[in-house]
Amino acid sequence: MADFISGFWNMYVMVLVALSILFCVFVLVSNMTKREKGPIELHGHVWDETLAEYNNPLPRWWMYLFWITIVFAVVYLAIYPGFGNSNQSRGQWAQYNAEMQAAQERFGPVFAKYRAMDVHAVAADPEAVAMGNRMFLTYCAQCHGSAAQGAKSFPNLTDSEWLWGGAPENITETITNGRNGVMPPFGPALGADGVKDVANYVRSLNGLAHDSVRAQRGKEGFEANCVACHGADAKGNPMLGAPNLTDNRWLYGSSESVIVETITLGRNNKMPAFGDFLGEDKVHLLTAYVLSLSKK
Amino acid sequence: MAQSKHEKIERNVFLMIVLTLMTVSVGGLVEIVPLFFQHSTTTAIDHKGNALDVKPYDPVRLVGRDIYVREGCYNCHSQMIRPFRAETERYGHYSVAGEYIYDHPFQWGSKRTGPDLARVGGRYTDEWQRVHLLNPRDVVPESNMPAFPWLDRPVKADDIQDKMRALNKVGLHKYSDEDIAAAPAALAGKTELDAVVAYLQGLGTAISNFR
Repeated sequence: MADFISGFWNMYVMVLVALSILFCVFVLVSNMTKREKGPIELHGHVWDETLAEYNNPLPRWWMYLFWITIVFAVVYLAIYPGFGNSNQSRGQWAQYNAEMQAAQERFGPVFAKYRAMDVHAVAADPEAVAMGNRMFLTYCAQCHGSAAQGAKSFPNLTDSEWLWGGAPENITETITNGRNGVMPPFGPALGADGVKDVANYVRSLNGLAHDSVRAQRGKEGFEANCVACHGADAKGNPMLGAPNLTDNRWLYGSSESVIVETITLGRNNKMPAFGDFLGEDKVHLLTAYVLSLSKK
Repeated sequence: MAQSKHEKIERNVFLMIVLTLMTVSVGGLVEIVPLFFQHSTTTAIDHKGNALDVKPYDPVRLVGRDIYVREGCYNCHSQMIRPFRAETERYGHYSVAGEYIYDHPFQWGSKRTGPDLARVGGRYTDEWQRVHLLNPRDVVPESNMPAFPWLDRPVKADDIQDKMRALNKVGLHKYSDEDIAAAPAALAGKTELDAVVAYLQGLGTAISNFR
């Protein structure tokens, strides 16, 4: 945008642009020659003993092309920005705003229709789910996977387990403001052996192979350190994003070594906030889409 | 036959060179030179004149940026969101000149094999960026981006002060003597991965309201 630090630069651009166009006109006019009647003059050069060149004017269509470029330049500068600060209202940002306005008129009512509907009803609407799917692939699939299957440390959205609660308002909150899942490290509190015991206890809760002596010892460590977040029944707490440890679903992996790593070093996971970027209409549709995924 | 005007120019190479240079310089004089004298291209403001929170890269991000250049990220990733709805829907608010005043050289790029990165900051977590740089297919199975496993090594920190002084000379940067003195300590213990992730997470965050 032409916000020059002084008016000089506005004049500078205008004068240079005008001068160059006028100069082109001058060059064209001063080189216009008409074919005279009678014999055509030859240039003075002679090459290869006999080869000479007629001094014909440029073909007229060729000259017209030059004139058309000048007319184009003048018309363009009259309509679009370029001549100093002129026509800023038709610049790229104005065109962008017009494009957004047209899109709002076309798509706004569609979003408004779904916005007025309950999330569960939107989740049952095939057209809305198709829209949600396209948005999911654009904004969410990089972490959660193109089939929402998740990956290590990125939750699977197609199962029925929820770290932060699966009610529509929970999902909306997650998308809008993001989440910060923090598990503190318990390595220092439990000691290397204690961590292994607790890991075996956690595996026992999920029916996985474990050392029953260690698991027995680990139960005490679990009750002393873990129940505040994961609950006495180890079923987790969606207020804190503490996962259910009894459903055999694993964000980081179920092997003993991974669980030991989790307990020893803690975990710090984050879902970025998308509220500002997406806006409420899209968040509403995405909430419905995510809900529709987990119904299976 | 009298010598035509053409012949005068065509037979005098020096005159021809001078006139050619004058002709081709007009475009630059009109389109490039005035850019050095606009507020929106030389100060941290957006196109409407609002102040932007753009700061010179801190040492870690500066190193990360140089690694971004070294690895040729710009060959596949642009950093320039054009004012079209198709781009702002996907990437966020279109880019404005004031966001780039500390970019020497610019990383606008011209080819998008991968997505635009102008507003990638904060879009993913640090952890995602790390996993993704080391092996993109761990998080995006469909990805065709090369892996950069060697980034998990200590940064080369011995030239950071020279870099900062050089930027003070060529750019709008104003690193103070204290900034420069503190730079090596800021890089201590950092890996190249840390630096690149820090750089990426800062991209485009000057316009926080994304749309």
